[in-house]
Amino acid sequence: MSELKLALKRAAVGAILTSATALAFVAPSVSMAAEEPIRIGYIDPLSGPFANVGDAGLKQFRYLAEKMNAEGGILGRDIEIVGFDNKSSAQESLQMLREAADEGIHYVTQGNGSHVAGALVDGVEKHNRRNPDNRIVFLNYAAVDPTLTNEKCSFWHFRFDANSAMKMKAITDYMADQPKIKKVFLINQDYSHGQFISQAGKELLAEKRSDIEVVGDVLHPVGKVKDFSPYISRIKASGADTVITGNWGNDLSLLVKAGDQAGLDVDWYTYYAGGLGTPTSLGKAADGKVKMITEWQENLAVRFEADELRSMLEEFETRYDGIEFYYLRVKTEMDMLKKAMEKAGSADPKAVAFALEGLSIDTPFGTASMRADDHQLMQPLFMSTFGSDFLEYDSEGTGLGWKMDAEIPADQTAVETSCEMKRPERTS
Amino acid sequence: MSTSNLPGGALLRHSAIWIAAIVVIIVMPYVFTSSSSISMMSQMGVFIVFALSYNMLLGEAGMLSFGHAVYFGLGGFLTLHAIRAVNDGAWSFPLELMPLVGGLGGLFFGVVFGTVSTRRAGVTFAMITLGIGAMVEASANMFTNFFGGESGISGNRVTDVTLLPFSYGPQVEVYYLIGAWTVVSALLMFLLTKTPLGRMANAVRDNPERAQFVGYNTTMARFIQFALSGLFAGIAGGLFAILFEIMTAPNVGLIQSGSVLLMTFIGGLGAFFGPIIGAVLVTYMHIALSGFSEGWILYFGLMFVLMVMYVPNGIAGVIVSHGPPLRAGLMHRFAVPYALAFVPALLTLAGLVAMIEMGYHLSLSYDPSRPIELFGMEITATSVVSWVVAVAAFGVGVMALRWAATRISLRWGEVNQAMDAQRAKQ
Amino acid sequence: MIESVVFSLLNGVLYGMLLFMLASGLTLIFGMMGVLNFAHASFYMLGAYCAYSISQVLGFWGALVLAPIVVGLLGALTERVGLRNVHKHGHVAELLFTFGLVYVIDELVVLVWGQLPVNYRIPEALDFTLFSLYGSDFPAYRGFILFMAVAMFAAIYLLLVRTRVGMIIRASLSHPDMVGALGHNVPRIFTFVFAFGTGLAGLAGVMAGNYFITEPGMAFAMGPIVFVVVVFGGLGSLSGALVASLVIGLVTTFAVGMNYSIADMLASVGIAFGQDSVLGINLSRFGPMLPYLLMVLILIFRPRGLMGSRES
Repeated sequence: MSELKLALKRAAVGAILTSATALAFVAPSVSMAAEEPIRIGYIDPLSGPFANVGDAGLKQFRYLAEKMNAEGGILGRDIEIVGFDNKSSAQESLQMLREAADEGIHYVTQGNGSHVAGALVDGVEKHNRRNPDNRIVFLNYAAVDPTLTNEKCSFWHFRFDANSAMKMKAITDYMADQPKIKKVFLINQDYSHGQFISQAGKELLAEKRSDIEVVGDVLHPVGKVKDFSPYISRIKASGADTVITGNWGNDLSLLVKAGDQAGLDVDWYTYYAGGLGTPTSLGKAADGKVKMITEWQENLAVRFEADELRSMLEEFETRYDGIEFYYLRVKTEMDMLKKAMEKAGSADPKAVAFALEGLSIDTPFGTASMRADDHQLMQPLFMSTFGSDFLEYDSEGTGLGWKMDAEIPADQTAVETSCEMKRPERTS
Repeated sequence: MSTSNLPGGALLRHSAIWIAAIVVIIVMPYVFTSSSSISMMSQMGVFIVFALSYNMLLGEAGMLSFGHAVYFGLGGFLTLHAIRAVNDGAWSFPLELMPLVGGLGGLFFGVVFGTVSTRRAGVTFAMITLGIGAMVEASANMFTNFFGGESGISGNRVTDVTLLPFSYGPQVEVYYLIGAWTVVSALLMFLLTKTPLGRMANAVRDNPERAQFVGYNTTMARFIQFALSGLFAGIAGGLFAILFEIMTAPNVGLIQSGSVLLMTFIGGLGAFFGPIIGAVLVTYMHIALSGFSEGWILYFGLMFVLMVMYVPNGIAGVIVSHGPPLRAGLMHRFAVPYALAFVPALLTLAGLVAMIEMGYHLSLSYDPSRPIELFGMEITATSVVSWVVAVAAFGVGVMALRWAATRISLRWGEVNQAMDAQRAKQ
Repeated sequence: MIESVVFSLLNGVLYGMLLFMLASGLTLIFGMMGVLNFAHASFYMLGAYCAYSISQVLGFWGALVLAPIVVGLLGALTERVGLRNVHKHGHVAELLFTFGLVYVIDELVVLVWGQLPVNYRIPEALDFTLFSLYGSDFPAYRGFILFMAVAMFAAIYLLLVRTRVGMIIRASLSHPDMVGALGHNVPRIFTFVFAFGTGLAGLAGVMAGNYFITEPGMAFAMGPIVFVVVVFGGLGSLSGALVASLVIGLVTTFAVGMNYSIADMLASVGIAFGQDSVLGINLSRFGPMLPYLLMVLILIFRPRGLMGSRES
């Protein structure tokens, strides 16, 4: 009998303890009234090794939201950016997606890492199917994996950056016009992004300039190589005059630095040489040798006399010392969202998603339009070179900056899509 | 009543706790209804199984592993591949039993890697597990058919092949599925500790020479323990795959392995319920703390380091150590010294948090002079006064805490004496 | 062909020597104290950051002298305040303590220096080409790294074998009670050894921080591989660490050059094999796995490592 009593007592204590702990864990769930701000969940790394990039993006979103709110917001409502830390993990991002949904957020945006974007496209698709009265639209501002607007395409996903295939097309178009290029070496990170560039680069070069010889094609592990000199030796031995690389972050800086130290004289065609912190670590090793393909760099605002952008970037950079106004596409994304909501007359996710399809807006560099077939934004791209003869703005205080070499108009960046878009019923 | 040597007897004596646990699991979704809390609680279930399986190694058999996520992750990948096969109509297997696929996978790899690693003990064993963990993680990028490259593989858990009339689309249905598996797995692991195998593992942990001398095959004991631990880690991985419907390379990696070590250690190795506490607490901190502060990794690291220094037996160790005084009816004697320690502990914590938050604010915010809100006050990180106050609070707190700690240890001495005296009287 | 072999050799030796600079401190600490310091690479990172800050004021040469001392003092503090308290709970607890320390140090670095890479540069005086070989330049700074690593090995070796201090240090590991009975303060010797070992890691950071990039992820990138070197060479063995560093440096460097798969090789002798299978994977992609494979193999067949004197 006493045994039973003791057991009961223990059970009671156990239950009390567990529920007390549980109570301490209440995640406050808030329900939102209609006049509340329109909230956008920003799901990107805010801690850990990629926190710097995630943090810079968040600051730019918040800055632009502040600007928009000062002009009356959207449909009279303020925009609020809510940061969610996904720690660069796919599963963590899905957890954050659920938190965003719980808080009544209908728009999420993300950019760092196509693997995260892929998980989010899949997660949003499932979420919207399972919770038709609480749908979410995913605005992708930087994940460039082409599959996201091809075989994995989703009605709820919109991409505001040119995808990898479009960038490679632009790079090879530009290279085709450079007669001095004879031998090309491809070096990329060994994952789908790098593998894609390696494959597409070879195909497109063969198509456009069959006289260019591809003298090397190497994949190296992501983020693991500290000393790139063995690779530099291979590039040197191949006699290449041009290198194409999709590397980002340290994998790019270390590569270019190692090349500079070994006296390698090549032109580097890159995607991400302008990325946060990269100009600092590249420094003079990149002077006059490194090119990148982007939708924007700060000196374009000078060249195209975009005064609004100039004052914005100057204000932004005084405020956030050391961080550049890196994403024009964040502004494009916010402007298009605003236009779509005004067109739809509401902030209802489905109506806005339909309104975004085929929508176009004017930017200082030309028209940007959201292709309805695959939800890929078409915008002009620019080839630029890092060096000392930039127009006005240097990068990260290095004394070196970006100079425009060529403009690739929006229609010339288009690449066919294999997307078979499944749209929901317009009325329901 | 001499049931103590039989697993069933142990179960009987603890049945009330198990029933209470089941009740709590059933009731929780009615208390916390939002889908993110339900998802968080589901994760807690997954990590309870994972941490308990880890404790079979470190706690029960003294084997420190740095690569336990290998079995967790591979089990998860296998489960998700099985779910995809059902999605494609190539196979028919009920979703409820899918974690078994992961478990068998974990068992298989536990047997394979166990044969090479369990012949050694101690630091050598730890280093072998580290090496295997790093190799499996690196191979995830090479065998893209299985691991799906950096984007991982995903499936749809709504397969239409189920035993019960649920679709498992809604979060809460998955929660209950995970809850059931958690209870069953935890129960099995609990019973295992009571079997001769469990005893043998303890003996191998405490004194391998003696265990060998009395005729145990220590390598075999370690091996069986390792393989079974792989089984349960695989089940946890399977549950994880069902919960998220996506598996990625980091799930087999060193960071995941490190996090289960943290959970188990913080919870406490010595008691069966230790890893459960650890899994719940760390999962919560991992998800929620990052929403509160940019410095959550720092808080996390500091907590871990301080625990290794001052509370090496974990939270469970602290709880267990209060068992004897509680039974002897002497708990009230701690009331005053604990209350005395509580105030300086709060003060120290407040000082520390203030310093860290102000530090992050200075380092990351674009306008460091903008005040931050902390403990319901507005604090300016650029003002010297705030720093002086924070440092003073921290310093005074630490000194007072030391003083209180001596009082507590004195009181422990008295209570122990009193308990000895009670025992002598009986 | 010859030139690529020569370059791979040069690059491999250089990378190996850099690894050795890091590994020597780690293996010393283990040899003397029995502590596997998980946070060793974090002290390496601290070395690079301290060097950056000091070089702003005193230039590179000032940093070269002062930064390792600062890191060594931080190491002494860590030992005195933390590790010594943990010692009584055993080696696993010590290991876990340094494991937790990784999180703390890495975050503190972010807190103090920020999340972006810092602009820590090679000194002007060493920024020239030492010699050219087959048209490739060999920078002087690499020569300097090689020189420092060799000097470091010689200095540590002489210190341990030829001096009285070294003798006491070695004795306090094998016979702590006896050394204590002879009137030496064993805990203080431990503090000194830990400070010395972390100071060496700091020196490696000073040398490598500007050669690579000084950023908050540098410790995490280096940590596991240094562990592998030390375990492979034999825990506690200085010459083992040297050999292991060179082996791993050369293996990883040569693996990069292997642009073939097993299937290619089989095909060249007339056996056709699917390029999609495991055998179709390019050998260079196995590169990052090789050090770990070496470590696991050696632990299975020779648990004390290449040159270790005893099993850990």
